[in-house]
Amino acid sequence: MTTYRIDTVDQGTVTYTDQKRWWWLLSLVNPLIPLFGIVGHWLTGSELWLLVPLGMMFIMGPAFDWLFGEDENNPPEILVPQLEQDTYYRWLTYLTVPVHYITFLAVAIWVGTHSLTWWGFIALTVALGFADGFAINTGHELGHKRTKIETWLAKIVLAVPAYGHFWIEHNRGHHRDVATPDDPASARMGESIYQFARREIPGAFHRAWMLEHERLCRKGVPVWSIHNEVLQSYMITVILQVGLIATFGWIMLPFLIIHNFFSWWVLTSANYIEHYGLLRAQQADGKYERCQPHHSWNANHKYSNLLLFHLQRHSDHHANPTRRYQSLRDFPDLPSLPSGYYGMYVVAYLPALWFKLMDSRLLALPHIKGDLRKVNINPDSLAAIQAKYGQADA
Amino acid sequence: MVKPMPDANRRYQCPGCGYTYDELLGDDHEGYPPGFLFADLPDDFVCPDCAVRYKEDFNFALTP
Repeated sequence: MTTYRIDTVDQGTVTYTDQKRWWWLLSLVNPLIPLFGIVGHWLTGSELWLLVPLGMMFIMGPAFDWLFGEDENNPPEILVPQLEQDTYYRWLTYLTVPVHYITFLAVAIWVGTHSLTWWGFIALTVALGFADGFAINTGHELGHKRTKIETWLAKIVLAVPAYGHFWIEHNRGHHRDVATPDDPASARMGESIYQFARREIPGAFHRAWMLEHERLCRKGVPVWSIHNEVLQSYMITVILQVGLIATFGWIMLPFLIIHNFFSWWVLTSANYIEHYGLLRAQQADGKYERCQPHHSWNANHKYSNLLLFHLQRHSDHHANPTRRYQSLRDFPDLPSLPSGYYGMYVVAYLPALWFKLMDSRLLALPHIKGDLRKVNINPDSLAAIQAKYGQADA
Repeated sequence: MVKPMPDANRRYQCPGCGYTYDELLGDDHEGYPPGFLFADLPDDFVCPDCAVRYKEDFNFALTP
C-alpha cells in the first residue's frame, strides 16, 4: 500500500495511506453488473437471472451502504498534489471506458440473438440503461480533466449513453449556474423528479448547444462541423447505434430507446438529489455568490462512493471541479443525505416520500434555519410551501 | 494578418484551479486569438477549466 508523506515546518511529517486504493477496482466492476444477469441466464437457462442486475443496484446498493457505513478515509489537503500525481488512479478511469463498451455490446448481442420474454427484455435493457447512466459518471470524472486523452475518453464514453453534450453542459453550464434558479440541472424545493426531468433534459441540451455555439462563433468555425465537440461524441453514437440496428434488425430500436432513456434518467436522478432546494445568494451586481460547500448534498457512504468515483463527495467537487476523484475530501457539517445515491434514487422516485424526508432536512440546514428566502423553490409550489412552513411572503 | 499585441506578456490566473490566461497566447480552444486582451474578455467570462471563478476573481501576474 502506497503511503504519501510530506515534511512540513509546522505539522512535522504528514502521512496518508489510502485504505481504499485496491477497493477502487470496484469502479471497474460496476459497469459489468448487467453481465451477471446474462451469465446467469446462460448457465441456468432461466430468465429470472435477468432481474439480478437491477437487484444488485437497488437492493444490494442501499444495503451495502447501510452495512459498510460511512468512509473515514480523508486525505490531508497538503497531500492532495501527491495523490493527484499517482497515475494508478488515472488508469482506472481510462479502463472503465472499454468496460462500458464491452457491457453495452455484450448485452446488445444477447438481446439481438435470443428471443427473450417481454419482461426479461425490459429488465435487462433497463439494467443496461442504468449501468450506462454510470458511463455518464465516468465521462464526468474524465471530462473535468484538462489533458487531451481524458477529454477525448470523456467524449468516447459519453457516446454509449448518447449523451455527448454532457461534458460541455456540465463543466461550463451546470458548474457556473449550480444552485441558482437559472440552472436546469439543480432541482427546486417542491419539484418532483418527474417535473424536474422535463426541465432538466431539454434545458441541458439547450445550454450545451448554446455554449458550443458561442465558442465556435468566436473561433469563426461553422457550428455544423467536425470541430463541434457536441457533435463529435454524437457521431460515435450514431455509428454505434445505427450499426446495431443494421446488424440485429428492428429489435434494436426499442432496445436502444429504452436503454438511452434510462441512461439519461440516471443523470437526471443524480442531478435531482445533488442540489435539491439549495440556493446561492444573489449579490448586488446581479451575480451569484461563489459556490460554497453548503450548496451541494453529500453522501459519504463507502460502498456507493467506490462505485461512483467519489461523486457523492459533491461539495468538494463543486469547490474544486478539476480535482481528481481519489483526492476528494469529506468535511463536517455539510448537507448530507441519509443514504448513498442508490438508496436516494429510490426515494426520489416516490415524490411523497422524498418531500417528507428531504424538505425538513433542507430547512434544518444551519445556513437556512427555516428561512424560505434562502431556498431554491419551485414557483408553482411556493404558495403551498409557504402555507405549510408558516412563513410570510419573502 | 498582424494582430495588435499587448505591451507586455501579461498573465491572469484562476485562483481556484490554476488555469492561466496569457494575453500573448490568447486561448485558441475558447476562440480568443493571440494578443486578445484580458480586459476585452466578456464581463460574464468564467474560468474555462473550472467555471466556478469569475473574471474579476482572476489574479494578475507579469511573466517573470
